Amino acid sequence: MEIILSDKLILATIVFAISLGVAAYATWAERKLAAFFQDRIGPNRAGIFGLLQPIADGVKLFMKEEIIPANSDKFLFIVGPSLFMLTALMTSAVIPWSTPLDLSYVGGNHMFDMQVADINIGILYVFAVVSIGVYGIMIGGWASNNKYSLMGAIRASSQMISYELAMGLAIIAIIMLTGHNGMSIKNIVSAQSGGLYGIDTLKGLDWNIFYQPLGFLIFLICAFAECNRTPFDLPECEAELGGGFHIEYSSMKLGLFLFAEYVNMFVSSAVIASLYFGGYNFPGLSYLPEFWQSIAGVGVFLGKIFFFIFLFMWVRWTIPRFRYDQLMNLGWKVLLPLAILNIVLTGGFMLFFSK
Amino acid sequence: MSALSLTNRKKVLEKKELTFMESLYLPAIFGGMLITLKHLFKKKITVQYPEEKKAFSKVFRGQHILKRDEQGRENCTACGLCAVSCPAEAITMVAAERKKGEEHLYKEEKYAAVYEINMLRCIFCGLCEEACPKDAIYLTEQIAAANYHRDQFIFGKDKLVQPLGTSAHPKTYMPYVKDGKPYEYKTPVNLQ
Repeated sequence: MEIILSDKLILATIVFAISLGVAAYATWAERKLAAFFQDRIGPNRAGIFGLLQPIADGVKLFMKEEIIPANSDKFLFIVGPSLFMLTALMTSAVIPWSTPLDLSYVGGNHMFDMQVADINIGILYVFAVVSIGVYGIMIGGWASNNKYSLMGAIRASSQMISYELAMGLAIIAIIMLTGHNGMSIKNIVSAQSGGLYGIDTLKGLDWNIFYQPLGFLIFLICAFAECNRTPFDLPECEAELGGGFHIEYSSMKLGLFLFAEYVNMFVSSAVIASLYFGGYNFPGLSYLPEFWQSIAGVGVFLGKIFFFIFLFMWVRWTIPRFRYDQLMNLGWKVLLPLAILNIVLTGGFMLFFSK
Repeated sequence: MSALSLTNRKKVLEKKELTFMESLYLPAIFGGMLITLKHLFKKKITVQYPEEKKAFSKVFRGQHILKRDEQGRENCTACGLCAVSCPAEAITMVAAERKKGEEHLYKEEKYAAVYEINMLRCIFCGLCEEACPKDAIYLTEQIAAANYHRDQFIFGKDKLVQPLGTSAHPKTYMPYVKDGKPYEYKTPVNLQ
């Protein structure tokens, strides 16, 4: 299939807009949900149900005074948040949003591929970009020339390194399950379109979660850590680091840091959904005509993503954060051995049941 | 532990090792998540303040009012008992004799020509209300308004006396009816 450049540009623009839009409304949802979990009402003054709140927040952040500390490294101080946001947005390029859209159904003449870039090492690309993301925090925290932000940055980088290992090992089991060309996210998702445990009536429910419950748990915990979300939000630590790596930031640079966290959440929800929850696959969708199957696939996929964003927030407003030594214990002494065990178990099962 | 204990409420805490299930954290986390999920659907307790207001307690003591009787005459005779009883020494007054032709303004022969309460000194204890033998001073539900200037906090008769033609509410002592129509009493605000 030849690649049509205009399609890719259109899709990239749409994905970019959706990522930012979802992230903006995730801030609103976060505040609303936080309020609901605490028996409050939450923002309700800007627009109906406070729906204009993200816009009001954005305008406020843009209008604030831009402060760059006198003894900071000015270039790196600006690079930090930009890099963080850039990497947060880049990851969504390899996510397959749905099956290719057959445009001949509406008078077009080609298939509209619903994935910006089908790289055969897609999952590796995600890992590479996510691990560059920590440079944004690192550079921002270091350039601020403030001991608290440096401590936040150090915590962020050590946490990322510790949890990326377990995360990568959890993924290896998925790659093994997918088999041929298993690093392409497109292949991983399309491998989940069959019937669950080979039962044809459950077509579209062949999700990896049913084969990899332990791997999913490890991946989910690591995803929380990679996004710096509670219970792993040690880099920010309002209580003891006063904001951590972004303590010296103001105006929209602070906004970028905070906003990129929500973009990260959106993208990692999308990755979780496509790796473990079948991406755009859903039982019953195969009965639809192909064009509508693609459209419904996007909806199903977004629904799964929203569920995981909700899960992120639900966990944040339920449990407090780990202590630093507990965090390291969990990463190195629990998750890493478990992930290795998971690989061995998966290999054993594949050998005996020849899936 | 020693046998000497003032109460029997003391609990001795011992540090215990976590059991295997506890060290998994996950059961406790799911339990916590169920609790927060329940709160998601609970009735919200927020009061939308400027639109909704909670009722004051029946014994709320706010800004003072100097009452008039049914014929619109000031009750106060400037006896000074309120000033004497005031623990914060917030009340001062100057007495005067009622002239001929002022019988419709003042109930008795002596009245307060000047009556001032320093709202910065007042502790809203209500002792002036208790001390008054003439039913003249009451504490209403009105909140004494804020101001930027200290001298504006000395409330004279212009701010304290019940407006002419109004009748005070039997419970809250706020003037609520004027000439048979509902009357909204506002503290004179002087923000500059």
